[in-house]
Amino acid sequence: MNLSTLTVHEAQDLLGRGETTSVELTEAVLARIEAVDETVKAYVTVTVEQARAQAQAADARRAQDGADAPPLLGIPAAIKDVINTKGVRTTCSSRMLENYIPPYDATVMQKLNAQGSVLVGKTNMDEFAMGSSTEHSAFFTTRNPWDTDRVPGGSSGGSAAAVAADEAVFSLGSDTGGSIRQPAALCGVVGMKPTYGRVSRYGLVAFASSLDQIGPFTKDVTDCAIVLEAICGQDPKDATSAPEVVPAWREAMKQDVRGLRIGVPREYFGEGTDPAVEESVREAIDQMMALGVEVEDVSLPHTDHALATYYIIAPAEASANLARYDGIRYGHAAQDAESMWEAYSRTRGEGFGSEVKRRILVGTHALSSGYYDAYYLKAQKVRTLIAADFQQAFEWVDAIVSPTSATVAFKIGERIDDPISMYLSDLYTLPGNVAGLPGISLPCGLADGLPIGLQFVGKPFEESTLLRLAFAYEQASGVRYTPALA
Amino acid sequence: MTDSEGSDSISRADVQHVANLARLALSAEEEERFQHQLSAVFEHFQKLSALDTEQIPPTAQVIPLKNVMRPDTVEPSLAEQDVLANAPDREGDQFRVRAILDF
Repeated sequence: MNLSTLTVHEAQDLLGRGETTSVELTEAVLARIEAVDETVKAYVTVTVEQARAQAQAADARRAQDGADAPPLLGIPAAIKDVINTKGVRTTCSSRMLENYIPPYDATVMQKLNAQGSVLVGKTNMDEFAMGSSTEHSAFFTTRNPWDTDRVPGGSSGGSAAAVAADEAVFSLGSDTGGSIRQPAALCGVVGMKPTYGRVSRYGLVAFASSLDQIGPFTKDVTDCAIVLEAICGQDPKDATSAPEVVPAWREAMKQDVRGLRIGVPREYFGEGTDPAVEESVREAIDQMMALGVEVEDVSLPHTDHALATYYIIAPAEASANLARYDGIRYGHAAQDAESMWEAYSRTRGEGFGSEVKRRILVGTHALSSGYYDAYYLKAQKVRTLIAADFQQAFEWVDAIVSPTSATVAFKIGERIDDPISMYLSDLYTLPGNVAGLPGISLPCGLADGLPIGLQFVGKPFEESTLLRLAFAYEQASGVRYTPALA
Repeated sequence: MTDSEGSDSISRADVQHVANLARLALSAEEEERFQHQLSAVFEHFQKLSALDTEQIPPTAQVIPLKNVMRPDTVEPSLAEQDVLANAPDREGDQFRVRAILDF
């Protein structure tokens, strides 16, 4: 058996019984990275020496802790390069932060370190998390392990590809408009965006602060519950983190789904959705019915306005958040500028890539004098309507079910020159961010050998319901999706 | 995507104005490309104007948290050298910046 293929809970079992060690597991993962990452290109930085040291420390701790060892002790993890890791370069896949070494850990890293998980590396992404394919990385494009001519999705494409290709046992990403769920769908792994406020954003490099949320990529639903339990919880360092109690999800997800009601939004099917994707998702819905789940038709009438709403709010917030990159405290700095203004504008002109510049311009225009009411304020009002659509649906159903993305993984280069077609790949995920809701994507089939994602979106703080539905489906389908990567 | 210059709703001057507000140096090629792309993007945004939102309150943040307080106690901060470690330019224990005023 190749240890790199293990899930978190399988690895836990073997480690707990003393049948393997974190050092062996970590070496297996590092060997897998060595073997396939030249092709997949999931990682910006691989932290070989640190991983070895952490694995040794984990084995020593396990000898002390015995049965009390925390669930992620000694488990190799990959972290999206937008999450600050103390002493380990954190680039956001941008020239702006190419040499940035954070002096502190994000709260999620403190939590993982407290459990003793092993950091194997930092994963590639669209620059500053803006994109749906990793093609906007300033460094290189990550390949989909199912077909290396195709994108892994984005923006957390490296984190999704790393887990799909067994280059990490689990990973963390961030989701502002679908950046966890869409790449999870395209790479055939499980990805969850928790409710806004569930996970501290302290140390997550800010993109759009009212939408950003950190979440896990895992090989199955059980692992999703385990990682989620580890990273959630209120944090004094993030005033938007929520006081809600973190449930024991690994137990909660096993509860029978009989009697749960799921809603099928008519706006998420039909035109624009690949027929093979729709067929597979409808089969999954039939399977849920067979498990005793009640299925209802629902309507989310403002779906058609979600894209415009999102692409005003997210760039507006981004244009403000990215104002901090001034070349003074950290990051790229233009050389030989003649004035302060020239230093600022050249620093930013040189440091940011095309998509980031485009969004800064969109956001700045939408916020500028004379346009604020027409765009930003208008979008915030429509945001209220979109959230109300979900509230009304949730009076009837416990969760919404849909495809995660309208298509399977697209070819590298196919959408890069047309921002709107690229934005459309997040059509079914971004309303969840706009409304702050939790969502999970898990694989439900293949079309032409490429994975299809099934998405459940739930009520605020009802991740338990999503995990129950996803776990029940996964158990019933009994399929484990693994790419035939050499 | 709009191709002809004439139908762009955003002018070259608009792009230059916004780029200046954002302190973002653009090449001539970028100005032209972003003019077309922004025009297409803002054309798409017109979709929202069809919705009547007169009576709808705006939503800035979805989770109803208000006035999050913490005890006013002193916590350790990052060490000075750690904070300065990434500075592109420094002098001693300070960030070096450009003169704001010309004399």
